[in-house]
Amino acid sequence: MTGSIAALGAGLAVIGVGIGIGLIGGRAMEAIARQPEATGKIQTNMIIAAALIEGAGLFGIVVALLGN
Amino acid sequence: MRFRLFFTLFIASTLPFAAVFASSEEANATPTESTDSHSETDAVETFNPNELIMHHIGDSHGWHFFDWNNHPVGIPLPVILWTKEGLVVFSSAKFHHDIEGRQVVTAGNQRFVNIHENIHYASDQPNEHGVYAEVNEETHEVQNDKPLDVSITKNVASLLFSALVIVVLFLGAAKHYGKNANVAPRGLAGFIEPIVVFVRDDIAKNNIGPHYQRFVPLLLTIFFFIWVNNLFGLVPFFPGGANVTGNIAVTMVLALVAFVVTNANGNKHYWSHILWMPGLPVFVKPLLALVEIIGIFTKPFSLMIRLFANITAGHIIVLSLVSLVFIFETVWVSPVSVLLTLFISILELLVAALQAYIFTLLTALYLGAAMHEEHH
Repeated sequence: MTGSIAALGAGLAVIGVGIGIGLIGGRAMEAIARQPEATGKIQTNMIIAAALIEGAGLFGIVVALLGN
Repeated sequence: MRFRLFFTLFIASTLPFAAVFASSEEANATPTESTDSHSETDAVETFNPNELIMHHIGDSHGWHFFDWNNHPVGIPLPVILWTKEGLVVFSSAKFHHDIEGRQVVTAGNQRFVNIHENIHYASDQPNEHGVYAEVNEETHEVQNDKPLDVSITKNVASLLFSALVIVVLFLGAAKHYGKNANVAPRGLAGFIEPIVVFVRDDIAKNNIGPHYQRFVPLLLTIFFFIWVNNLFGLVPFFPGGANVTGNIAVTMVLALVAFVVTNANGNKHYWSHILWMPGLPVFVKPLLALVEIIGIFTKPFSLMIRLFANITAGHIIVLSLVSLVFIFETVWVSPVSVLLTLFISILELLVAALQAYIFTLLTALYLGAAMHEEHH
């Protein structure tokens, strides 16, 4: 089997991002369940935080892609 | 990405005939291919998904629609080069869809070849593979010089087209308000107004603060430009099919706009918190200034990478799923491939809007941070 070890790096980066976004999503759900009237604000902040985490993961993927 | 729908529909429609088709194709394949040159048979026999995907997410000098009787059909676009002897312009049709460097175009005293959508100066003689360029055997790097390429490529044409669409949409909506100022908007204006109000209220007003109104046009432009280009990227055939927002140069310019606007509007409070953070011991201040100065650049950098990687990743996933059929060389994979492609395409519709929203929202956040007044 031939190939680049860079794919492993991309996979590892995605693990971290998955955990991070999962935590945010889970906590946002809890928060919405506690305070349904704040849904809009919670969603906005959830998306901002998810985007920031995703950015970190995408750095990893891009580096893996370039290193390929 | 024009491949996407075309191929999925094609595969789905030919499914019943597939077994017969495949066996007769194999029988026919050998005699026709033996007439071709050696390197071309290699290209036909081994399907390389990596090459296909990279070709499709990349830019090109012509706008290819489909193949008809093994002849590519598409719009040739102008090739504009700044060469050693000045400006050179010719049609990309002169390359006859060649991207292997076998077709030489003569313009004035100079000769050019197209090698994987990079225009190089052609060598006098072809090498042993018929390529008019010096190619390093190990790294496959082309040794020939390149002129400065400012062609209207597929991405540029697509970008201009989507800009035109946005202008038409908004002038159409604006006309409605000119005619009936005090009536509830209908039609095109009725579709656009909620989105404009959303960008103004939920993105600009909430995040920038009291002086948000100056920046609403900028944020609206960023939002609609990214959104429309993302959506055109998802359309697999003609007006779409280019990977504009998945091009790092396009996202870089967008991020650069955000960077310039943010820092040009930075107030005293913003700069003092970057360069000389108040309320800290003096020996920490230079260290923190260093981190904060790096922070000025990482913000637009992450904007650039986020949009680029999200859109490119979406396109790669769809192309990989379509490639599965050709990797396993059986049609029985195609139902799986079609369903997964459909699923991902729907997800990409969401991502198209979400990435436009996130880019605009973060630009507004950075602007808000730069213009934040002191509260003491």
